[in-house]
Amino acid sequence: MKPAPALAEGFPDLSGMRIAREPHWFRWFSAALIVLVLAAIARAFANGQIEWSYVSRFITAKVILEGIVNTMVMAVLAMALGIVLGIIVAIMRLSPNPVLKTVAAGYTWLFRGTPLILQLLLWFNLALVFPTIGIPGLWSARAVDVMTPFLAALLGLGINQGAYTSEVMRAGMLSVDIGQYEAAQAIGMGRLRALRRIILPQAMRVVIPPLGNEFIGMVKATSLASVIQYPEVLHNAENIYYANSRVIELLIVAGLWYLLVVSILTPLQMLLERRFARGTMRLAR
Amino acid sequence: MTKPLVAIRSVAKSFGEFQALKSVSLDVWPGEVMCLIGASGSGKTTLLRCINQLTAIDAGGIWLDGELLGVREQGGRLYRLSEREIGRQRLKTGMVFQRFNLFPHKTALENITEGPLQVQGRKADEVRTEALELLRRVGLVAKADSYPAQLSGGQQQRVAIARALAMKPMLMLFDEPTSALDPELVGEVLAVMKELAKSGMTMMVVTHELGFAREVADRVVYMDQGAIVEQGRASDVLGTPREERTRAFLSAVI
Repeated sequence: MKPAPALAEGFPDLSGMRIAREPHWFRWFSAALIVLVLAAIARAFANGQIEWSYVSRFITAKVILEGIVNTMVMAVLAMALGIVLGIIVAIMRLSPNPVLKTVAAGYTWLFRGTPLILQLLLWFNLALVFPTIGIPGLWSARAVDVMTPFLAALLGLGINQGAYTSEVMRAGMLSVDIGQYEAAQAIGMGRLRALRRIILPQAMRVVIPPLGNEFIGMVKATSLASVIQYPEVLHNAENIYYANSRVIELLIVAGLWYLLVVSILTPLQMLLERRFARGTMRLAR
Repeated sequence: MTKPLVAIRSVAKSFGEFQALKSVSLDVWPGEVMCLIGASGSGKTTLLRCINQLTAIDAGGIWLDGELLGVREQGGRLYRLSEREIGRQRLKTGMVFQRFNLFPHKTALENITEGPLQVQGRKADEVRTEALELLRRVGLVAKADSYPAQLSGGQQQRVAIARALAMKPMLMLFDEPTSALDPELVGEVLAVMKELAKSGMTMMVVTHELGFAREVADRVVYMDQGAIVEQGRASDVLGTPREERTRAFLSAVI
């Protein structure tokens, strides 16, 4: 073997030397500035017209706790209804059947096109349109008895959510490679089985981040149900401040609870994402 | 007298203005290994996709194992079969795709067992034993629990072949099975296909691997512009082509 040719002079050996740390003056300065601003805001609130003792007293009040439980129950149920409707509507939208397609598009158009609070009021006041509801000859009831605040809120929030969720689900299904559908067909799967076994599990990975968004939105959207007397946390906070006039204090109580619930949801979403990430990480098993 | 496993008669298919197949007729005999060659756009892949009905034909007919595919003839008219019927007919063919199309959220073993378990509704332990035997056949038993993303392209394609075989098809369709592979991985896939050919499986292979065609194919079919230009024994078509177009294609490829 021939020896390697001699290397040229004038290029010193840098091995063993470290790269010096940069001082980052601007980072220190901006961090200090932000701390100052936050301190000023905190001071302003501490000295403002807020009785903090009311906040701490009411944050664990029974009515408030019941309210937050009702908020979460409604958010979970309405979201579940929204996801079920969303999946069904997305599948209809992507079907070759023009009737199903049109129905799905019409649903999305109608429920995305009107304000949520209006839909809630319509559901709640359904009795004005149909005094009695039921199946002719089998069962009937007065609409005011059936359409409780709970049911009106569930239908209003869930059906509205379904319209948005269907578009999220559709985006997820479209993101799955067409070859996956062909491979499923090639082993004899029908359309629905291919969707359930092959397409949806892969779409889930894509739709969980936007669905997480939607769910956080839903937790807060339940507050709109206060207008139809559903006893969620904001509604109950309002009832208290109607009596004691501590408006800001009780709004802060409700706000803190919303923040807490949303904070818990983020790590839950991460767990769910990991569940559906099967097969996407090369080395992790 | 034996009957052809696949009988293709005057099949035509257009995509908008583009005529992908212009009245193609062809027989494939049981146990035969047929290689389809030709430039891209010549219709060879479309022909394969028509046989397992991923693409619906416009005119003509395809019979598989004596059964007319996709439609039913009654009183001089054709009626489209239901999705369920088409699914049943597809089980007679196994398809291997250029881009593998393994299910990324399932392990190699689960990819293979998915069809037998979900579509054929067979018993889990029996299916699992067969799937492991298939993995052994393609040399990947050690990778049974790996996800597709953890496998090389060649390994993925071998799993895809095993997945197709798990349905016990009468006919295997290969759509450019080595075109998406790095050159050093082509050999391992071709080796599996050779072994399969030797076992007596009827195979239709769309390929650019002329070496494979020469060595394994009983018949080579050259297609151009949606029609069969020349066909015959591999040594004849590839060695001493009669048609000018075949000669031009072969000299461009080699």
